[in-house]
Order: sequence, then structure tokens, then C-alpha cells
Amino acid sequence: MLAKRIIPCLDVRDGRVVKGTNFEGLRDMADPVDMARLYNESGADELVFYDITASAEGRGLFTDILRRVASEIFIPLTVGGGIRGLEDFDRVLKCGADKVSVNSGAIADPSVISAAAKRYGDQCVVLSMDVKRVDGKFRLFAKGGREDTGIDAMEWAVRGVGDGAGEIVLNSIDTDGVKGGFDLEMLDQLAARVKVPIIASGGAGNMEHFAQLFTHPGVDAGLAASIFHTKQVDIKELKRFLRGRGVEMRL
Amino acid sequence: MLAIVDYGVGNLFSLTSSLRSLGLETEVTGDAARLRAADRIILPGVGAFGDARAKLDETGLVPVLLEEAGRKPLLGICLGMQLLFDRSFEYGEHPGLGLIPGEVAYLGEDLTDKTLKIPHMGWNSLEVVRDDPLFRYFQDGEYVYYVHSYYARNCEESTLGTSGYGDVAVTGAVRRGNVWGAQFHPEKSGDAGLRLLRAFAEL
Repeated sequence: MLAKRIIPCLDVRDGRVVKGTNFEGLRDMADPVDMARLYNESGADELVFYDITASAEGRGLFTDILRRVASEIFIPLTVGGGIRGLEDFDRVLKCGADKVSVNSGAIADPSVISAAAKRYGDQCVVLSMDVKRVDGKFRLFAKGGREDTGIDAMEWAVRGVGDGAGEIVLNSIDTDGVKGGFDLEMLDQLAARVKVPIIASGGAGNMEHFAQLFTHPGVDAGLAASIFHTKQVDIKELKRFLRGRGVEMRL
Repeated sequence: MLAIVDYGVGNLFSLTSSLRSLGLETEVTGDAARLRAADRIILPGVGAFGDARAKLDETGLVPVLLEEAGRKPLLGICLGMQLLFDRSFEYGEHPGLGLIPGEVAYLGEDLTDKTLKIPHMGWNSLEVVRDDPLFRYFQDGEYVYYVHSYYARNCEESTLGTSGYGDVAVTGAVRRGNVWGAQFHPEKSGDAGLRLLRAFAEL
């Protein structure tokens, strides 16, 4: 049977992974290649790299890192951050990415989804969405969750899949950072509307949250960042725990 | 030297990197003489069957592949494996290379549970149904990474391993004579995948 996936997400700025912010407000940074190696050894099923640099120089550092990771780690790699057009897809795919995640770029120009799906295949195009409840409705947000687009999130997802998105990362702004568990209600609604794999993001605080997540059959993967980076949750231990709870896991 | 057939289909970064990480001399080539000189060949591929077949025909390499398949180990990966069969029904009907008897059909058509997602994407355990030197370093039931919507069927006599998806035993690995095929991506299947590639390089 197909296993559920556990995916650590690495935010890369100026060639370093931003692990989080400590109590003094200082950024805790790490080497992305070291971290990728570590996660590969601990049984991560896939890695997501987000490029959070804005400068051209930072972008160059990012692709260098991607190339180094892809040369020695042989699990699927997804890349996101600053993806606006086909030339961005091309740039990261050439450096060893397997899938490319598009978020604000698709809101600015929705045709990027169909163009990329046509050229690289549906399996290559991941639609990443930041969603928040507004007046009891699920609303799509842009620019890292700062801007309400006024677009209905579920309709956006249906349209994206129709255009060729092969997978969806659903990040709930409502549960993100709270560590109180994934947004199961939002995920269920999405699963009822689309038939592509769904990656849940936002809200994981402990192993139990993943166990709850995978009782929802429409969800294929759980993504998290800081709880893995800070070793609050160890991936190897998490996967054994989940298998013990009857969840199909690659160990 | 291990030759990867270059016919303009798919991204070969991971495949070449994974083979090089194993210390294997690897060359990506569309040159008939290099394929003849190689001691083994990998036929990669992603995308749609019809397109890939047309591109392969354009290179003029089909007769070379058919000839070399009788002489040295050849491994088709993903769509490269599907091309080894007699025919595919992906958007119409297209002839394959006919190196392994069987056909390629839409996976969704054979799944009873229509709520299952297509493509079949992610890690699935490969159950060995016939032992083979390809599995020298592989343990029955290890997980491998799949991304595909079509699969090979009516090829039982060549099947080495399958992965369960709903009520379908998805053809995962095949062999006929010198020709092997993997529907999954060994170059994306972590350590288990690298061990399969190492075994192929030692065949």
C-alpha cells in the first residue's frame, strides 16, 4: 500500500536554513546540505525547500545549494519561493528539483499552472495555498499570508487542479504557528473537492497531531518545519509511532 | 561505461547523480556508437508515451536499442520501462519496442475503488514475486517511489515485483532476458533505490 509521507520544510535565506527565532530574537541558522543529509538519514520521505531570499545573489546561492543537495540525496525534492514563470521552473528543475511549488506566482498569473503542467507534466506542479477563514468562508491569501485576495480557496484549488496542478500543499493560516494540530476541517473540505494528493501544513506540534491527521483518508502527507528543526519531534521516532498506530509508513 | 539514452525526454539530473554517487562511469548520450560501446544501457523517460515514442523514433536509435538489448543489460525506468512493452493505450494506441510482452493501460480503469487518487504517487512497498539478481541488495517489501498514471499489465511471466494500490497489483519491476524495467524511480527511492541501481551495474 501507498505510505503516508512525512515532509520537513526548509526555508533558505542567503544560503542558510532559517530554523526559527530564539528568545533573544536572534535567528538560528543551519547549513541546508547538512540538514538535508540529516533528514534523509532520519527517514524523511521528501524535502521541501523554500527560497525566501529576494536578491539575485541569494537566488544564485539557493540554486547552488539545491544542486549540491540533489547530487547526494536521492529522495523527491520540491522547490518553492519566488516561482513566477516557466523560466523559474526551468531554473530549479535543472538543478535537480523534482517538483515545483507555486503560490503567489499563480495568483498573479494563473496561466503559469497550465503552461508548466503542459511542459513538465502534472506531477511536477504543486499548488501551494495559504488559507484563512474570513466570515466563515475559506479565503485564499497571497504574499506569505499577508494579503486577502478575496478568492474562495476551495474554488481556487478546483481550478488549479483543472489547470494541471498535480498536488496541493494546504497551509492553514488559522492553525499555523499555534502548534495545536493541523486544520482538519479545512483539509476535509479540500479533500472532498479535489482528487490529487494533499499535503497538510500548519499546526503540527507533536506526534499525536500527525496520528490525528492520518485518520483523515484524504490527506497524503504532513509537512512541518520548526518542530523537526528543533528536534521537538524526531522523524524516525514519529514514523515508528505512526506505524504503531496503524498508519502505513516507510521505515 | 553505463550509457543513459538521451532522447530529449525528462530531467536526467537525479539519475546521473545517483549513478555517479555509486562510483559508476556514466554517460548521457544520443550517439549510436556510444550505446554500442557501453556495457549497459538505461532508458529513462517521463511524460506521455506517444510523445516519448515519437522523440525516440526521431533519434534513429530504436534499431540500435533493439540490437543492443540482446547483448547487454538494459534497464527502462518509469516511462522508459513502459516503452519496452508491445503497446500503450495512453491517449490512443501507440506501439512500444516489443522487448517485453504486455501492454500499458490507464491505472484508473482497473481500480475498483474510484476514490483512489491518480497518479499513483508516493512511496509504495515492492513485493518481490520472482527472485532476480536485480534484488541482490534489496529486501522484499522495501519502499520505492512511484509517480505514474499508466501501468503495465498482462505481463505476468516477466513480472519480478509488484506494489498494491487498491485492488490492483501494480507492475513494479520486470525482466525478460537482458531487459529489465522499473516503473518506480530507483534514483528517487533513497538507499533502497541506490542498491537496486548498484545491482543493475553488477549484472
